[in-house]
Amino acid sequence: MHKEFLMGNEAIALGALAAGVDLVSGYPGTPSTEVLETIARRNPGHVYVEWSINEKAGMEVAAGAAYTGARALVTMKQVGLNVASDPLMSLEYIGVKGGMVVLVADDPGPISSQTEQDTRTFGMFSKVPVFDPSSVAEAYEMIQEAFDYSEKYGMPVFFRATTRVDHGYETVEVKDPEEYYVNKAEGFVKDSSRWVIFPRLSVKNHALIEKRNAELKDVFSEYSRNRIIASSGSKGIATQGVNFMYTLDSLRGRDVRILRVATPFPFPEKLALQFLDGLDEVLCIEELDPVIERALTFVCGKYGLNVKIRGKLTKDMPASGENSMEIIDKAITAFTGIDGKRSEEVMEKLPEPPELPVRPPVLCAGCPHRASFYAVKKAMKGQKTIYCGDIGCYTLGNAAPLDMCDTCLCMGAGIGIAQGVWHIEPDTKSFAFVGDSTFFASGITGTVNAFYNQADMTLVVLDNSTTAMTGHQPHPGTGRTVMGQIVEKVSIEKVLRAIGLKVVETVDPLDFDLAVETVKRVAEEPGVKAVIFRSPCIAISKPKGHSSVDPDKCIGCGKCIRDLGCPALIKDTDGKKARIDTSLCTGCTLCEQICPAKAISGGNKNDTAEGRRHE
Amino acid sequence: MNKNIILCGVGGQGTILASRLIATAAMTKDIPIKTAETIGMAQRGGSVFSHLRLGQGTNSPLIAKGEVDLIIGFEPGETVRQLPFLKKGGAVVVSRRPVMPVSAMIGKSSYDPEKMIAYLKEHTERLIIVDADRAARDLGSARTLNVVLLGAALESGELGLTEEDLETAIQQKVPEKFVELNKKSLAWIRENGKE
Repeated sequence: MHKEFLMGNEAIALGALAAGVDLVSGYPGTPSTEVLETIARRNPGHVYVEWSINEKAGMEVAAGAAYTGARALVTMKQVGLNVASDPLMSLEYIGVKGGMVVLVADDPGPISSQTEQDTRTFGMFSKVPVFDPSSVAEAYEMIQEAFDYSEKYGMPVFFRATTRVDHGYETVEVKDPEEYYVNKAEGFVKDSSRWVIFPRLSVKNHALIEKRNAELKDVFSEYSRNRIIASSGSKGIATQGVNFMYTLDSLRGRDVRILRVATPFPFPEKLALQFLDGLDEVLCIEELDPVIERALTFVCGKYGLNVKIRGKLTKDMPASGENSMEIIDKAITAFTGIDGKRSEEVMEKLPEPPELPVRPPVLCAGCPHRASFYAVKKAMKGQKTIYCGDIGCYTLGNAAPLDMCDTCLCMGAGIGIAQGVWHIEPDTKSFAFVGDSTFFASGITGTVNAFYNQADMTLVVLDNSTTAMTGHQPHPGTGRTVMGQIVEKVSIEKVLRAIGLKVVETVDPLDFDLAVETVKRVAEEPGVKAVIFRSPCIAISKPKGHSSVDPDKCIGCGKCIRDLGCPALIKDTDGKKARIDTSLCTGCTLCEQICPAKAISGGNKNDTAEGRRHE
Repeated sequence: MNKNIILCGVGGQGTILASRLIATAAMTKDIPIKTAETIGMAQRGGSVFSHLRLGQGTNSPLIAKGEVDLIIGFEPGETVRQLPFLKKGGAVVVSRRPVMPVSAMIGKSSYDPEKMIAYLKEHTERLIIVDADRAARDLGSARTLNVVLLGAALESGELGLTEEDLETAIQQKVPEKFVELNKKSLAWIRENGKE
């Protein structure tokens, strides 16, 4: 054993390695990404690791491994689980041989996601048991236990952490590689009565699943991480995940009984009964869905207990959003009627501060997506258009002044939405923007659909040669894998041509005039056609100097600042002329190319993705 | 010793590395540490913060309002945003250099950094203002602002660590060719004084 200062996701990864995981697959997504990256980095040698093209592929790869008796882990964020739900729903009926953990990172807030969905609820829906860690150190231990339970019962299990555990850091005592459990996979044993899903098998296995989950309620009542902290009073708090930690620090001497729920499904009913015994009132402190609140309300109804259960449903806790220490402190004060003693004296109430800066996330200085969006905007000026965006850095194209993202729904959806709008409004020039990684993840089916169904729309692939938003993971178009192999690149052009698209043009968006001219020409073609804007993400290419403004030539028209919204372009102290923040500028030359006074020079755009960070 | 610290700034300013340096230094002294970081979309020019909790007996990675001993602010407006977390008598280190948001540059919002500095002067008892532009000129680089601010945090006396502790952490975490620059940056406030 040794101590390491670890991010929650790193601790989960090392826990999986300690549990003898043999195969790890996944698709990047905040806040889950670092789990798979850490396994690749700390691989003792025998573990197969892959970035799958999407979560569904990852789920299937992990299931295949678990069919052989190998231990498998698949990682994703909560919305990724929606993509992977088709194989998972059926896999629960089939079961596994080796331990299989489905790691899903939920994002209360949400901080970096489209939805605030709760994987605990998904657990109930899919009948897959859920483990819910409270801290970084606990996550390290708990994922090892999750593998054991999975293997013992032949079922996939969810390991669901939330952002503050995934992205928290803590000192953790971890095993040395020599201490890791070594799993011996038996290999796949042919048995079509076990591995082939048919209605007859589903009927039989459904009954077995319900029986097993009923038993697991009792098993989990004995699981030491589901626990009660005793008190003398008649009030209790039931809590979960990082909220358990917030609650412990917020009690400040207030005497309440605590129930910490580590396995929200199947719910540890016997333990809950023990907790409820003698209580008048319970406050449920949890994030996302009122899972514990509903479960306790159900237990009270089932056993005829006269205990008032409070939480989100009774409006004692906020129905949505992330909990803070303040929210919990206030709720405990209202619940107990006691204002907790503070360890420190609080500052006097501060007066209202001056207007604080508004900082929505923006495209980085030098980001080639800025040039791509601006080129389309310029090319289509005056025409009736719709710009359907997608999930990735380029969603940030919605911000002023670019304002080039009219819709955004989920991975790959922009293509279908662009098609649907066009069917109703055929006089609209319909555009779908999709990133390179998103194209491989879920853009191809939409493109085939649009082509087959005779749509008239322009597909714009923003190819920056990486999965940028989640931290620059490789994908099929990059020619590299997470294990460091150099592999044949999958060509986006060839894929599009193979579907049948007649017009597929590739252009560097930083050759601005050519980019505008290309969009104008391609958008006039009939049917589904594509422009591929190819220029590397600034984070994987080395800047070659920066641009600067010649103050004698600058006429102070403000066009560069007003049109581009580049963080490196700022107004000089006179409030009119443009100036360049050289600490941010990458020398992409876009502003040089659009300056009407030719006052900006010195940049040198990158042509290739050199100096990659993740070699 | 128990210390609650907030680092705050704008995505891309290097708050996460500064947080790692403090954590590394604390770990070598066997001080338990917990942190919570902003990772994800906000890193693209949004407001970011790290909560750091040093010492025994804490459970939550997030700190409650009014319980922070030290705010290390990489940007004036972001520092004002976090001020409600400071406890009475707590210390604030702030870089004077603003990061102007795009929304303000194109006239969609307004931001006056001087008002932020004035507000901080009025409402904090222990404030260290760092002239980041002068530091960058002296050091020949604007990239070590995070370490210059850690130097100022040492001067505040609320970091609970020594200059030697942080130097050791720099040696462990920073590529070798930048170690000297970072050590100079750490000592910059001590040698050049606060504003």
